[in-house]
Amino acid sequence: MNKILDFLRVFLLCALFGAALPAAASADKAPDVLVRDVTNEVLEIVRADKAIQAGDTHRVIELVDAKVLPHFDFRRMTMLAVGRDWRQASAEQQTRLTDAFRTLLVRTYSNALTQYRDQRIEFRPSRFAPADTRVQIRTEVVQSGAQPIGIDYMLEKGEQGWKVFDVIVAGVSLVTNYRSSFGQEIARGGIDGLIRSLEERNRSLAEQQSMSQNGAGRGA
Amino acid sequence: MRNVFRSSRASLAVAVLSAALATGCATTSNPDDPLEGYNRAMFSFNEQLDKVAIKPAAQVYEAVLPSPVRTGVGNVLGNLGDPWIALNNLLQGKVAEGMSDLMRFALNSTWGLLGLLDIASAAGLPKHDEDLGQTLGRWGVGEGAYIVLPFFGPRTVRDAVALPADMMGNEPFSIDHVPTRNTVLGTRVVHGRSVLLGADRTLKEAALDRYAFVRDFYLEQRRYKVGDGRKERVYEDFDEQSTAPLGGEVDAAAATAVENLELAGIGAPPATTGRRVTRQTIQ
Repeated sequence: MNKILDFLRVFLLCALFGAALPAAASADKAPDVLVRDVTNEVLEIVRADKAIQAGDTHRVIELVDAKVLPHFDFRRMTMLAVGRDWRQASAEQQTRLTDAFRTLLVRTYSNALTQYRDQRIEFRPSRFAPADTRVQIRTEVVQSGAQPIGIDYMLEKGEQGWKVFDVIVAGVSLVTNYRSSFGQEIARGGIDGLIRSLEERNRSLAEQQSMSQNGAGRGA
Repeated sequence: MRNVFRSSRASLAVAVLSAALATGCATTSNPDDPLEGYNRAMFSFNEQLDKVAIKPAAQVYEAVLPSPVRTGVGNVLGNLGDPWIALNNLLQGKVAEGMSDLMRFALNSTWGLLGLLDIASAAGLPKHDEDLGQTLGRWGVGEGAYIVLPFFGPRTVRDAVALPADMMGNEPFSIDHVPTRNTVLGTRVVHGRSVLLGADRTLKEAALDRYAFVRDFYLEQRRYKVGDGRKERVYEDFDEQSTAPLGGEVDAAAATAVENLELAGIGAPPATTGRRVTRQTIQ
């Protein structure tokens, strides 16, 4: 009887540790290693997955959800996109804004991932001290006959390890690029107006995507 | 014929202007974009033009030519632009980059089969992106207002002024044979658009306001390029945790107190007292 209990205890411990291990491992990783590993892993999957290459939105969003999202700090990104008006927003509004902005970013940039073919990504050396809590990791998309396109990730170290809070493509922050159009929406309809138009956009994108999915299914 | 052309152009201008006036009042003012009303009208004109002519041409181009051929076309066009890029790097005092661009041109024009192959990139001479607008910016010329040009799209006034020189500079040997010149120009437009065929969907989906998205993207990218990316980014913290509780109210109270002081202090010497109080109160 005791033996069985012991076994159960050991089993429980193993299960707990097993589940906790990957998270601990990614929290300990240096930021440049983290970015490189995630990028390589995701691109390898995209390269092998014919459905994603054919533009299967659900599939690619699933992939991004599982592999990429855990490394992003969407609350911080939303705050940076909204700017000064963030302070006026209630906690509930902030949560809704974050959810809506996350959905928009994930949908649009997951779709961009379906366009990926064989471009080579290079990881530029990044310099940072072990004590740094904010780093910029530089990568480049190499293309023939044209200047490489820089994709930089800004990461900050928090309680849950390194998290990306900005992505800079060809010198442009994908997050703060939203600030003036968000400002327009807030000037027109307040924070709630911005939430409404973000949620509306997400709804219409979801509809479009399910429609094109059906269309593609029928065509195939 | 010429008259018809002229009058249709005039009516186009009238249409654009009246659209500009109609939208001009509705938009919020952005310090970078005083011409927003006109710009929005021209932006949608360009989008229409793209939809009916340029994008379809690019789609045909992409469908007809296999990818390696299109890469070759891009390489040749890119190679033709390298001497101008070299000159602009030299004008900005970036001698190493300028020399590297000239080496690229020499290498790709010979061993790269007249630019068909970009062997210079593989040899460790990366392609750069420079133009006269960036050179002027480097010399301290301000960018001026944001302006959307017909056909060419987003520019700043400075870059619009530099545009004719940039266009001529992109073809290193001025091509006198008109059909050849037009072919090169047309290929440049169609090839350039074909590269962006995937990106326009992302733009359509990502932007709440396409016009503002493109404008802000363009301006930030130009500033980045003029500074060659050396300017460090500043990230503000807008979280409430960062300010003390009641911070806003205290600030407001201090501000009104200061305002009263300043109002009371008008005409009463010394005038600086009010300002000093301002700083102390807020601190």
